[in-house]
Amino acid sequence: MHIPMLGEVSIELIRLVLGLVLLAAFVGGNGVVLVWLERKVAGHIQRRPGPFEVGPHGLLQTLADAAKMVGKQLVTPAGADKLLFWLAPLLAFLPVFVLFLPISWGEGIFVLETNLGLVLILAFAGINVVAVMVGGWASNNKYGVLGAARAVAQSVAYEIPLLLSVLAISFMTGSLDLNRIVELQGNWPWQWNVLVQPVAFVIYFICGLAETNRAPFDLPEGESELTAGFHTEYSGMGFGLFMLAEYANMLVVCGVASILFLGGWKGPFLPGPWWLLAKMYALMALIMWCRWTFPRVRFDQLLNFNWKWLIPITLANLFLTAVLVKVF
Amino acid sequence: MSVVYDIAKKVASMWSLIVGLRVTTKNFFQPQVTVHYPRQSVDNLSTFRGHIELVGQPKDPATPRCITCMLCATVCPSQCISITKAKAPPPEPAKKLPDHAEGPLVPPEKAEPPKAKVIKTPGSFELNFNTCSLCGMCVQNCPVSSLRFSTDVYAAGFSRQEFEYDLMARLRLQAAVLGVAASQVNSPACEDTLERVDPEKYRLAKGPLTQADAVTKGKRGQAA
Ligand code: SF4
Ligand code: SF4
Repeated sequence: MHIPMLGEVSIELIRLVLGLVLLAAFVGGNGVVLVWLERKVAGHIQRRPGPFEVGPHGLLQTLADAAKMVGKQLVTPAGADKLLFWLAPLLAFLPVFVLFLPISWGEGIFVLETNLGLVLILAFAGINVVAVMVGGWASNNKYGVLGAARAVAQSVAYEIPLLLSVLAISFMTGSLDLNRIVELQGNWPWQWNVLVQPVAFVIYFICGLAETNRAPFDLPEGESELTAGFHTEYSGMGFGLFMLAEYANMLVVCGVASILFLGGWKGPFLPGPWWLLAKMYALMALIMWCRWTFPRVRFDQLLNFNWKWLIPITLANLFLTAVLVKVF
Repeated sequence: MSVVYDIAKKVASMWSLIVGLRVTTKNFFQPQVTVHYPRQSVDNLSTFRGHIELVGQPKDPATPRCITCMLCATVCPSQCISITKAKAPPPEPAKKLPDHAEGPLVPPEKAEPPKAKVIKTPGSFELNFNTCSLCGMCVQNCPVSSLRFSTDVYAAGFSRQEFEYDLMARLRLQAAVLGVAASQVNSPACEDTLERVDPEKYRLAKGPLTQADAVTKGKRGQAA
């Protein structure tokens, strides 16, 4: 790392600010599209049309929902810790921007150049758990507390195989720089890391579902048993921010998966950003597909699956990778 | 060895995940089975249990079959039915005996007094739907099957008073509208009333006119 000069600093700063604004627009726009898409997928899987009335095929439904949500009263439950209660949605949403910073969108298209991008993402992704925990705890609601407790146990457990599977890629490429990892892969699917590390990819994907609290691992908000878990007490935009953060986190998980395993922005014919977006959205569709197919796991199943299956498998995978990298 | 067997079994059972994904994909691409409500409506309302209504006599649809036995009002756990008997018409003036009757003379005190005609139709039949629990006791217990559930799915209102129904008036209106509709008057207002009063009968009454759109309505899931 070199010490930047004054001129360089201002250019970096402008780039960063501009990038953050663009990212904010991207996150917001994607939230709107993804919520609509999710409801459409759910609808069609259940043989019904999904949102249909607002706009052509319900396209503007999410905007209407957002307008409704903004108009709602923000209620703080009696006995709640007011400061922490309203801090939690912000805590959930703000790190989202940091998560998008190191993602490289194409040849030289990125907001922040760093050779530790992967570490940055993994470190800041953990803040979401804190937000969920704080929100659930501060609500002064037993469902909230139960949801928060589940979130902590689940996230702590699933972070381990997630890190281990990502580490396998780092061992192979010898880098934590997302740009570099993409550059080492080729344009065509048979040049992607997923062929070399299929096990790591599958496990990364499963852990990604668990980390973003998506079905079948949506225990912290299990509607049927905890009403809404940690965000039971949140109304209006408090809930909206949690929701937006969830979708943004899913996008990050999909983005990192595309970069690590699916060749990132590389692909034939089209410019980079389109390829990355297409891969992200394909993975998002897969996540939605899983959500509306699989029933929620029980809590003991969740932890058993992690400690008895995922961690041993990733450890073995990592060991094998290390040996092969050393040998060849 | 059993450990290996257990693991193999668990791994094999993962196949069910693929089966699940296949099921949802198949359903994803199949036609929808729901109805786009404001543009289409369902046609299986005959089993809908709305508020109760009176059933008319076969020959005189404006008069209920009810014999004012009061059973329904008595069994109703919520006491939402109130019935009054119709007043009997004033007794006909007693016939004067002819002055010169033939046959054996009957002393006037032994002659049967003229029978007052027993009127059994109710004078008013009111339902307070606000407290009705739709238990169906009244429908079940009516000895002459004079009560049934309406198929009025669109009952909605802004005040409590709108759910206090005068079932006699309702029956008269139904009978009137049905009579008109049967003779194929195409006044939109009339059809509107009938459709509101009794959507099922409305369809029946309109008969061949809506046979075609009954078919299209039956084809559910085709977006209009
Ligand atoms: S359905 Fe039950 S509650 Fe309603 S009027 Fe009849 S007996 Fe009363
Ligand atoms: S039970 Fe039937 S016949 Fe008796 S009063 Fe009620 S509606 Fe009339």
